[in-house]
Amino acid sequence: MPLPYYVSPEQMMQDKAEYAKKGIAKGRSIIALEYVDGILLAADNPSSSLHKVSEVYDRIAFAGAGKYSEFEHLRKAGIRHADLTGYMYSREDVSARTLSNAYSQSLGTAFSTDVKPLEVEILVVQVGANGQANEIFRISFDGSIVDEKNLAVIGGRSESVQQYLREHATPQPPNLKDGLRRCLAALEQVASQKIPSENLEVAVLDRNRLGRKFRRLSSADISQLFA
Amino acid sequence: MKNISFLPYHEGSSFFDFLSERHPELKPGLHAITAHRMAPAVDLSQPGTIPVPHGTTVLALKYRDGAIIAGDRRATEGFQIADRRIEKVFRIDEYSAMAIAGAAGPCIEMAKLFQTELEHYEKLEGVQLSCEGKANKLGQMVKANLPMVFQGLVVMPLYVGYDVKRNEGRIFKYDITGGRYEESDHHSIGSGGKDARNTMREHYRSSLPEEDALRVGLLALYNAADEDVGTGGPDLVRGIYPTAKIVSGAGITDVPEDRVRALYETMIAERRRF
Repeated sequence: MPLPYYVSPEQMMQDKAEYAKKGIAKGRSIIALEYVDGILLAADNPSSSLHKVSEVYDRIAFAGAGKYSEFEHLRKAGIRHADLTGYMYSREDVSARTLSNAYSQSLGTAFSTDVKPLEVEILVVQVGANGQANEIFRISFDGSIVDEKNLAVIGGRSESVQQYLREHATPQPPNLKDGLRRCLAALEQVASQKIPSENLEVAVLDRNRLGRKFRRLSSADISQLFA
Repeated sequence: MKNISFLPYHEGSSFFDFLSERHPELKPGLHAITAHRMAPAVDLSQPGTIPVPHGTTVLALKYRDGAIIAGDRRATEGFQIADRRIEKVFRIDEYSAMAIAGAAGPCIEMAKLFQTELEHYEKLEGVQLSCEGKANKLGQMVKANLPMVFQGLVVMPLYVGYDVKRNEGRIFKYDITGGRYEESDHHSIGSGGKDARNTMREHYRSSLPEEDALRVGLLALYNAADEDVGTGGPDLVRGIYPTAKIVSGAGITDVPEDRVRALYETMIAERRRF
């Protein structure tokens, strides 16, 4: 048996991180932006059936960037986690914080123990009801978790998109129409090309809805907003 | 990538299967507890030995734009009334509802699990199950409960759904083995089911408007409560009335209590004049 050659832990982690970052940057960006009725999720996604944004539970949504098969796997596991908690205890006991922690632990473990890290970056967002604040958690490939305020961007050239949105931020959260326009402008600016509305995947967590707050906007809804 | 640590893993989109495989202790029924002290086997060849629900009347009937499902509010323990305002009609999802007859605990548990099952599938797959698919899944859950039936814990659902592809309300009834049968007009189950069916047979017409269909349903419950000790009628003193839900192309709606009360007040006033 050949003797395994030595690689320093620093080098190994750095290599893995570089590998994961490269995979995530290859895709397109996804934005989560607080608007007046809740949280708006917008993604540049040419596919109308392979979603990047999805419902998890009553007040919680998920967005994934990077490798589809991997974040889809995480999405399904998250829904299972949420439904199990809600079934075992009560619907109000399902929280974005608990779910984000589980994601963080899973991604962290996979990053340090698996040969290939997961090439994903995910968002777990929760709309606040009864005067509570919204929550936006961004979880990276290595399990690091960031509690974002007002907005978050993952995937693609996320930093440029985020910079654009921060520069154009208003003190008060925008309405749905303005928020969506701003998201589209940010995505177009960074992609330096027009994005047709059928290539936008948009969903909202609207705190004014009864029961499940998640709603996907059809391309007809989006055109109507832009009209 | 098979298993993700810290998150539950399962293949497939069924929450029921996920629970059965990974968390059997959370499944309805008491399989683990009762396995080692089985009740004597029921001899199914003898008439009258198949356990049946012995309280409750719940019913469903179609109307012009969909289907109505309604139920009484009484829960009994032997000859005692256990609860006067129990809910037997459950919203399952945007387009369907179920009503239950049988042992209260497992019944409510099954309704909750079925709600979670349909929502879980919808979220994982991104589309809702078809009306038929939902009805079949409920049949499988009733079948899985069969061991509990021999312990005397029957769960008997009645399911109504609005089929958005066919644009009509549909009614499904079940037997204890999970057999699923579609009803064309109306059906009722529970100890007062026969009395309710008799009333509906006399008064039901196809394509009734919503108000008339609701009146027939409530009348059938009234008559069932009149004949059957396990079924509660309108309780005028405490202000407890049967509950009803309507499924139509516009989704599911609760019939407000005021509307049920008004219909019963008219019905009772007419009877006083006899």
